[in-house]
Amino acid sequence: MKAVNVVKRFTCDELVELITAYLDDALDQPEREGVQVHLAACAGCGRHFEQFRATIDALGDPLPEKLPTDVRDRLMSAFRERHRP
Amino acid sequence: MGSFAGGGLPPDDVVVTALRAGDEAMFATLLDTWSGGMLRVARSYVSTDHSAEEVVQDTWLAVIGGIDGFEGRSSVKTWVYRILVNTAKKRGVRESRTLPWSAFEQDGVPVTEFGTGDGWKEAAAVWPSPEGEALASEVRRLIAEALGRLPPRQRIVITLRDVEGCTSDEVCEILEISAANQRVLLHRARTTVRGRLAGYFESVKQPE
Ligand SMILES: [Zn+2]
Repeated sequence: MKAVNVVKRFTCDELVELITAYLDDALDQPEREGVQVHLAACAGCGRHFEQFRATIDALGDPLPEKLPTDVRDRLMSAFRERHRP
Repeated sequence: MGSFAGGGLPPDDVVVTALRAGDEAMFATLLDTWSGGMLRVARSYVSTDHSAEEVVQDTWLAVIGGIDGFEGRSSVKTWVYRILVNTAKKRGVRESRTLPWSAFEQDGVPVTEFGTGDGWKEAAAVWPSPEGEALASEVRRLIAEALGRLPPRQRIVITLRDVEGCTSDEVCEILEISAANQRVLLHRARTTVRGRLAGYFESVKQPE
């Protein structure tokens, strides 16, 4: 028996648990195709998937953070001290 | 994306050679490229801004002291982040804010948004794109709040992966966890944050 062309079938509850593995490309081929087939056919999971991706995008856009100037100055001096000839 | 994705740095061997030679401009570049992300990661372990700043400072001091002995078995950034995480863990334990790593196994309990009453299918509407500045800042605030409520291991993993842009391999190496474990923690964390955002978008939805 060849494993090629086998597509795994998932319920909606199973599918939503696989999204991270799917996005990380950690599924085998029948699973990956099963996810794709389900997402193409199921509007609810399709939207859920898009929201999941939108969440990941939003997480990657945080407010910028900076080290306070006094801490940065202290670290620059420490670096300089260490390498003083 | 945070520090890891912040491309512009030269290859590791160039960075290491420059640091060893006392190249101040290179050190300043690393400081300015990575410290913001390091502060966010430190906050997953300690309770105040001040503590987080001290953790980042102590990490950089350890980097300054340790660069001559760096063996290149990992990337520079992974090495720096490992020092950061270890420094932050020690500090967190001292503050009694965080539990010992082993006590986090409760993170493994499958708590998802499915348990909160509103089934995900009903809530699965199309979200508005956060174009407006007000919406974007509200989304950031919600996310920060949601991250703060996550179990510690989930918070650190989602912060490294999704906020700082580390790869799965990098996170596993920094935290010394398996890929499977990392994925479970990440998925739970993302599911919770998505649920929080869904709740918000549902509440502000315009009547049709
Ligand atoms: Zn479905």
